Amino acid sequence: MDISLSHVDYRYQANTPFERLAIQDVSIEIPSGTYLAIIGHTGSGKSTVLQHLNALLIPSEGTVTIGDREIKAHQKNKDLRPVRQRVGIVFQFPEHQLFEETVEKDIIFGPMNFGVSEAEAKKRARIALKQVGLTEEILDKSPFDLSGGQMRRVAIAGVLAMDPDVIVLDEPTAGLDPRGRKEIMDMFYALHNERKLSTILVTHSMEDAARYADQIVIMQQGKVVKKGSPEEIFSAPQDLMQMGLDVPEVVRFQLKLEEKGNIKLEKIFLSIEQLSAAVAEQLRRGVTS
Amino acid sequence: MMEKMIFGRYVPADSMIHKMDPRSKLTIIFLFVCIIFIANNWLTYTIIGVYTFLMIGLSRIPIRFLYGGLKPVLWLVAFTFLLQLFFTREGTVVVDWGFVKIYAEGIKMGFYISFRFFFLILMTSLLTLTTTPIEITDGLESLLNPLKKLRFPVHEMALMMSISLRFIPTLMQETDKIMKAQIARGVEFASGPLMERIKAIIPLLIPLFVSSFKRAEELAIAMEARGYRGGEGRTKYRQLSWKTVDTLQLAFLAVVTIMLIYFRS
Repeated sequence: MDISLSHVDYRYQANTPFERLAIQDVSIEIPSGTYLAIIGHTGSGKSTVLQHLNALLIPSEGTVTIGDREIKAHQKNKDLRPVRQRVGIVFQFPEHQLFEETVEKDIIFGPMNFGVSEAEAKKRARIALKQVGLTEEILDKSPFDLSGGQMRRVAIAGVLAMDPDVIVLDEPTAGLDPRGRKEIMDMFYALHNERKLSTILVTHSMEDAARYADQIVIMQQGKVVKKGSPEEIFSAPQDLMQMGLDVPEVVRFQLKLEEKGNIKLEKIFLSIEQLSAAVAEQLRRGVTS
Repeated sequence: MMEKMIFGRYVPADSMIHKMDPRSKLTIIFLFVCIIFIANNWLTYTIIGVYTFLMIGLSRIPIRFLYGGLKPVLWLVAFTFLLQLFFTREGTVVVDWGFVKIYAEGIKMGFYISFRFFFLILMTSLLTLTTTPIEITDGLESLLNPLKKLRFPVHEMALMMSISLRFIPTLMQETDKIMKAQIARGVEFASGPLMERIKAIIPLLIPLFVSSFKRAEELAIAMEARGYRGGEGRTKYRQLSWKTVDTLQLAFLAVVTIMLIYFRS
């Protein structure tokens, strides 16, 4: 399912002394099957953009198109449920949304709200649980008895069980240890590939963006300042650094190496494997010539 | 969703009302609540109204903002009006539809009581809009200090108050966040049959309770870790200072009170 934002503005608390323009003239295209990363500092408007992706916020100006549904500013937008079923959002600290007595009930809560039968929802719960790397034994436990990491996985399973076409992730690894982080990110990447989901990742980790995304949007002060593939974005690392944003470690290493070793590789590499292969190649050529 | 709520919210501005000592503001509100009951005819209600709107004007809070925030309460005011209108059975009958009779006194009482209610809401909102929670607490603690002699836990009360006021915005944010998360999971808070909507509260309330308890515990630990031992011997960084404005405001209220007593029937 394609999603696009065209010239979207959003104002928080319009007509009050607290009025604040959160995003301004944001246009983003997300074709079906894309893995898009939205990067920016705190307060850059990335979470506001995210909430437009399933009509939790209605734009103050501009249009959001989600599949065949158009959501426009200044008009009544009724019955948004179908949209919300197709776009699942995993919020920051999703474990805060758990409330049911058992893990199973919590996971089937979403699907059943969208009219899925209980039997089907339970089937989906088991699949989703496996996908997030948990075992069926915890289905009857109270979600509040689980560890923080498990709670997060249960909450994620609750979103996956809705069987969305698009999944939106708001810093899904915040507060996890490095291992948990990698597991969760790899899991979403696998899902993205298996289910052909569109994935939108809101993050401030350049590493994650470089590793997983095929499109990157950089936001600053409510505006899109840069968009493109990771190669395009990171080919001008100086620009990023100027904006006070980090560059992935691999890229930083390559820049240092080029500077100190007085060599120039043909492009910016985004993974250690590619970079080491390129360096090896360079060295080999250096030896033979 | 919760954006328009203005209760307990502070709007920073540089106005006469903002600069007043919280003690005088609290005293004025307390007295206002008492003297509003003196009013019993059109003239006295007008005086109260003029006074209220004068204070709003002095506070430089935009009327539109105030109106937006108080809209939900206006329903309550309207409801009060209707209640008085239909259930007062005094004076001459004005409308007679057989099953309902509206009396002249009913209309009068409806207007009086709902206006009284309305002005009270305006003035008390004005207090919280122009005074930071911490100022209110400091003011209250200072005003209630004499009660300490009667072993009334003034400091603890003030602390409880400041903590609850401090966490209103946090709780609002959290409510908004969880609401959105549950809407994304297909809950409808704003539409659908009444029973469904009542049920929809559960996925909102339980996470809120859980996080509130967690937060309370964390706060207790943090306070303990910083050596909190209650009010005994505790000094204050913010000093309260009674200024000429405060005396003038109190004097003005006294004049209003005298006018009310003079003009009441």
